[in-house]
Amino acid sequence: MRDHAPRDLAVDWAACQGHGLCAELLPDHVTLDDWGYPIVSGPLSAAAAKRARRAVADCPALALRLKAAEHQVTNRSNPATARSAHSG
Amino acid sequence: MTATADRTETVVIRPQQARENGVLPSRPLDHAEHRAYYGVLPDPDRLPLGELASMIGDAGVRGRGGAGFPLYRKLVSVSGAARARRIAPAIVANGCEGEPASHKDKHLLRLAPHLVLDGLVLLGRELRATRAVLAVETGAPNGPGDLVRRLREALNERDVRQDGVSIELAEVPGRFIAGESAKLVSTLDGGSGMPSHSERPVRERGVGGAPTLVQNVETVVQVALIARYGADWFRGYGTAAEPGPQLFTVYPGRRRPRVVHSAAGAALAPLIADAGPIDAVLVGGYHGSWIPAPLARHARLTEADLGVPLGAGLIAALPADRCGLAETAHIVRYLALESAGQCGPCLNGLPRIAAALEQLADPRQAARDLGLIEQVERWCGMVEGRGLCHHPDGSVRLVRSALMTFRTEIAAHRAGVCTGGDRRPLLPAPAREPVR
Repeated sequence: MRDHAPRDLAVDWAACQGHGLCAELLPDHVTLDDWGYPIVSGPLSAAAAKRARRAVADCPALALRLKAAEHQVTNRSNPATARSAHSG
Repeated sequence: MTATADRTETVVIRPQQARENGVLPSRPLDHAEHRAYYGVLPDPDRLPLGELASMIGDAGVRGRGGAGFPLYRKLVSVSGAARARRIAPAIVANGCEGEPASHKDKHLLRLAPHLVLDGLVLLGRELRATRAVLAVETGAPNGPGDLVRRLREALNERDVRQDGVSIELAEVPGRFIAGESAKLVSTLDGGSGMPSHSERPVRERGVGGAPTLVQNVETVVQVALIARYGADWFRGYGTAAEPGPQLFTVYPGRRRPRVVHSAAGAALAPLIADAGPIDAVLVGGYHGSWIPAPLARHARLTEADLGVPLGAGLIAALPADRCGLAETAHIVRYLALESAGQCGPCLNGLPRIAAALEQLADPRQAARDLGLIEQVERWCGMVEGRGLCHHPDGSVRLVRSALMTFRTEIAAHRAGVCTGGDRRPLLPAPAREPVR
């Protein structure tokens, strides 16, 4: 696994219970919606990578993931995800 | 005759066909009648391996379940995954028309069951699949188990040795989201039918772990027709971008819904000519979009003209004396209850959007709370793209199209007036037992 590759945060929506730890650890990348669920905006800056890994490890529901940045994941790209960032 | 049979009728809109028999029959056909009507299924030596796939590629078949993905590319990726893992693939013909307003797949299964089975056999041979499954809703609407019973009879009429593919019939609960392939596969494997955060798509790991081709029954039927009549016959219908004959479920205002045979590029207006004065048309399905009546009058059935994919083929004309906001609120309430309840944004957002739309649909409440629209728009943004399946996204698309199309109605409601006198819902939104 290449550590310098651009990364995005991904949420396993079935697992996420809205604890909100990710938003505390990564305030620049994660905000919470009206119900406490994370709104992630990526890609992660290099400086945030370490905190992001901690947020992934610390998520009580194990719902936060790191994945290759969106443009590299062509097969499962969802046109709606691109628009969700500016939702709140 | 059964309830659905009374409610739906086949109308031939485009009679020009390369083959006279390309249209659906007017009554259910047994196997002998089926072969007389459509011609016999080409046997394997007339269709060597790879031949059917290239015909499908030439024809430009796209999935008719809603997503419109090219079938050829699915075939290539399923067979590729099977080769890579040295495991035989599986095929599923999806007859679970979860969309309550759509009848076309049940219509097909009822009138031309052997055409569906032929398509499964052909795809099964082509992919050398070890499993071929026809999935239908439990207790589909022709009375308890009637459709299933008819399909069992149809299966019994066939010669499995001659087909070379043995077809299983699977009954699954008819939930809206059950139509999606990953959930269908989960249900077929004895799972919950709930979406999962799966890293591997069904085409790589589906039923029993095998690479699986899941296709809507109408798409499977198109394969059976192309194998007989050829890719050019198929391309004789529709447009270059959206070729092939297609079935639509049409609600012409308050008249009985019917299943109509048409194609992309045909004018929309004739399909709803008997609807009387209308306000708007719902295109695609409950995950589709409302378009205003003036646009519908001149539109052709293409994604470019309508601004939305034809999806599962629902065309519902809303009479001018109905309230589009009440209708939308009624549908969105249904969609909110159909949420699998797994993903927070969908679980929390859709009921709130539905409640706000219900308030908006009531002129007295809409006049009191002028912030409702902003609230709905804000929640739409919070729901979209934030779930494991496209249920939230499709629901948001419907809501946004309603806010746009029914602008005048919204303004009237905010002034405390509703211009639609009749508030009874037009489209069905059945209450269903939640799936555990």
